Amino acid sequence: MIRFVTIRLLRAVITVLAVMTFAFVVLRMSGDPAEVLLGPDVPQTVIDAFRKQWGLDAPLWQQYLSYIGAIFSGDFGLSMRDRSPAIQLVMERVPATLQLTIPALLLKLGIGIPAGVYAALHRDSAVDRGVIFLAILGFTIPSFVMGLVLVLIFAVTLGVLPSGGFGSWQHAILPAITISIGGIGILARFSRSAMTEVLGQPYIRTASAKGVKWRDVVRGHALPNAAVPIVTIVGFMVGSLIAGAVVVETIFSWPGIGRLLIVSVSNRDLAVVQCILLLIAAVMVVSNLIVDLLYGWLDPRLRA
Amino acid sequence: MANLVEIRDLRVAFDGVPVLHGVDLEVAPGEALGLVGESGCGKSVTWLAALGLLPSKASVTGRVQLGETDLTGAPQSALETVRGGRIAMIFQDPSSALNPVLKIGRQLCEALRLHRGLTGAAAKTEALRLMDLVGIPDARGRFRLYPHEFSGGQCQRLMIAMALAGEPDLLIADEPTTALDATIQAQILDLLARLRAEMNMATVFISHDLGAVAQVCERVCVMYAGRIVEQGSVGQLFEHPRHPYTRGLFDALPRLFGPRTALVPIPGTVPDPRNLPGGCAFQPRCAHAQPFCQSALPDLLPQRDGRKLACAYPLPERGQGGERQAAREGVFQ
Ligand SMILES: Nc1ncnc2c1ncn2[C@@H]1O[C@H](COP(=O)(O)OP(=O)(O)OP(=O)(O)O)[C@@H](O)[C@H]1O
Ligand SMILES: [Mg+2]
Repeated sequence: MIRFVTIRLLRAVITVLAVMTFAFVVLRMSGDPAEVLLGPDVPQTVIDAFRKQWGLDAPLWQQYLSYIGAIFSGDFGLSMRDRSPAIQLVMERVPATLQLTIPALLLKLGIGIPAGVYAALHRDSAVDRGVIFLAILGFTIPSFVMGLVLVLIFAVTLGVLPSGGFGSWQHAILPAITISIGGIGILARFSRSAMTEVLGQPYIRTASAKGVKWRDVVRGHALPNAAVPIVTIVGFMVGSLIAGAVVVETIFSWPGIGRLLIVSVSNRDLAVVQCILLLIAAVMVVSNLIVDLLYGWLDPRLRA
Repeated sequence: MANLVEIRDLRVAFDGVPVLHGVDLEVAPGEALGLVGESGCGKSVTWLAALGLLPSKASVTGRVQLGETDLTGAPQSALETVRGGRIAMIFQDPSSALNPVLKIGRQLCEALRLHRGLTGAAAKTEALRLMDLVGIPDARGRFRLYPHEFSGGQCQRLMIAMALAGEPDLLIADEPTTALDATIQAQILDLLARLRAEMNMATVFISHDLGAVAQVCERVCVMYAGRIVEQGSVGQLFEHPRHPYTRGLFDALPRLFGPRTALVPIPGTVPDPRNLPGGCAFQPRCAHAQPFCQSALPDLLPQRDGRKLACAYPLPERGQGGERQAAREGVFQ
C-alpha cells in the first residue's frame, strides 16, 4: 500500500513538472510579454529595462531553473500588469469558478448516471432510445452554441434569467446548466454501456439463479461492478472543476479562473498563466490520485 | 413415484427464431439425469427457460411443472423462491460466475438469508460448514476473500456450496467442469456424485463429456437441434445407442479401454436454427437417412426396452443382428 501510494505520488509530481515545463516553453515561444504589455511604439530602452526587470534577458534555461526553484519555495511570481502576487490573483477567482462547476458536477452525476442506468435496464425501449439521442446531442453540441441557445430561450425570449454577469444565484443557473449538459451526455452514455456490459456478465445470471430479487441484483450485484468504469469518468470531471468553465465563463462574463486565463494569455502575463496551469494540473493530478485509490476500494482485483 | 419436475412441450424462440421445438422431459426425485448434445442444441436454454432466466426477447411456451406450480406462468416472486430454493443452477465458467467485487462469505450468506432466513453468526457458521462440505481448505480463513483469490476448481466448489445453501430438490449443473482441467474435473464430478447421494438431491448434469455423464448419471437425454432424440438409461444408451446421432457421439469419443479404433467424427455441423433442414433435423448428416427422413419429422416414442427414440430408421435393436436395414419402426410404434 505504501509502495502503491509512493509510486502514485511520484507520478503525480512528475506530471505536474511536465505541465509546468510545457507551459513555460510554449509561453516563451509564443510571444514577447514586453511588446504585448508595453504596446508597439515604446522605445527599445524601455523594452530592455522591462526585460531586465522581469529577468527576461537571461538565457532561457536560467529563467526556467529560477522559475522552478521559485515554485518549490512557494513563490509563484508577480503579475506583470499590477505586480500583485499571481497566486493571490488566481485564488481570488477560484470561488467564482467553483460556484459554476460544482453545481454543474452535481447535475452531471444526478442526471447522467441515473439516466444511463435506467436506459441500460430498459434496453431498446423508447426511453433508452430517447436517452441515447439526447446524450449524443448533449455532448456533440459545443458549449458556446449551447450557451447561446439557452440565453436566447431563457434570457432573450422568456426573460426569466439573466443572460450574463455575476451577482445573484440566478446568474449562475444558465452557465452551470451549459457546463453540465455535455457531461450529462457523456455520463449517461458511459453509465449505460458500463451497466449493459455488467448485466450481460455470468455473475448476474448467477445472482438471479440463486433467487435474488431483480431490484437487489441491480443494486447489490450490478451497480458495484459498473461503478469502476463510471468512477473513471467522474474522476475526469472532478479534475476539470477548475479548467472546465473557460469557454462558458467567457460567454456569460463570469469572473472566474477561465476569464482570468484568457485575459492573462492574451497579455502574456506569464506568472499568472503559469500559476493557473499549475493549479489546473494539480487539481487533475489529485483527482486522478483519488480515482486510483477508489479503484482499489471498488474492485478488489485492482488492489496492489 | 411422482416426478419432481415435468417439462411439457417447452418451446423457446429468440426474436422469432425457434431454438427449442417442444421438449418433454421429466426428472424424478433424487435421480441423476444427463443431458448431452453438441453445442447449440438447446441444453442450457431448456433449463434457463424453465427457471425464467432467459432475456425478455425470448418467448417461452409450454409447461414446466414443479409440484403444483407451473413455472412458465408463475409470477416473479414465485420464481424467486424456486430459484436457488427448490432448483439451483451452476454454470460453466466458475471464475466469472461469482461476483468479482463481493466477498465469498457475503455471496454465500446472501443465499442462506434468502432461502433459509439465516443471518449474522448463524449464517456464517452455516456458510463455513458448506465451504467445508465442498472441500475448501481453511474455510474460516478464506471466508473474507474475493473470488479471484480462489482457483477455478475452488470457484466451482464455491458455486456448488452456494447452490446447496438453499437445500434444493434439484441441482442443474450446466457443464460444470468444461472450463477446468482434467484432474480438477474428476474431483468436481466426485464431489457432485457424493453430494447427490448424501443430500438426496436430484441432479441434471449437462455436458459434452459422455464419460463424465456415464460416471455421474443414471439416465441420459440426447438433444439435437432443439429436440430430444433419444432418452434412456445410461446402460441402454452407452451399450446400445439406437439413434444414429447418439451412435455418432460415441464414435467420436476416444476409448480408454479395449481395442484402439479410429475416431469417427459426425460429418457436417449443427444446423443453424434459422435454417433447419426439412424433416428430421439430423438427416443431412445421417449415414442411415432415407428419402422419407427428408419429409417427416419423427416423434419421440417409447420403445420396447423402455427407452424413447425419435428416428424413422433407427439402428437395430439388440439381438436383431447385423446391419440389416431397419424398418421404419420408430414412426409407427
Ligand atoms: N440469449 C440468446 N439470444 C439468442 N439466441 C440464443 C441465446 N441463448 C441461446 N441462444 C441460441 O439458442 C440455441 C441453443 O443454445 P444453448 O445455449 O441452449 O445451447 P447448448 O446446448 O447449451 O450449447 P453449449 O453446449 O454450447 O452450451 C443456440 O442456437 C443459441 O444460439
Ligand atoms: Mg450451454
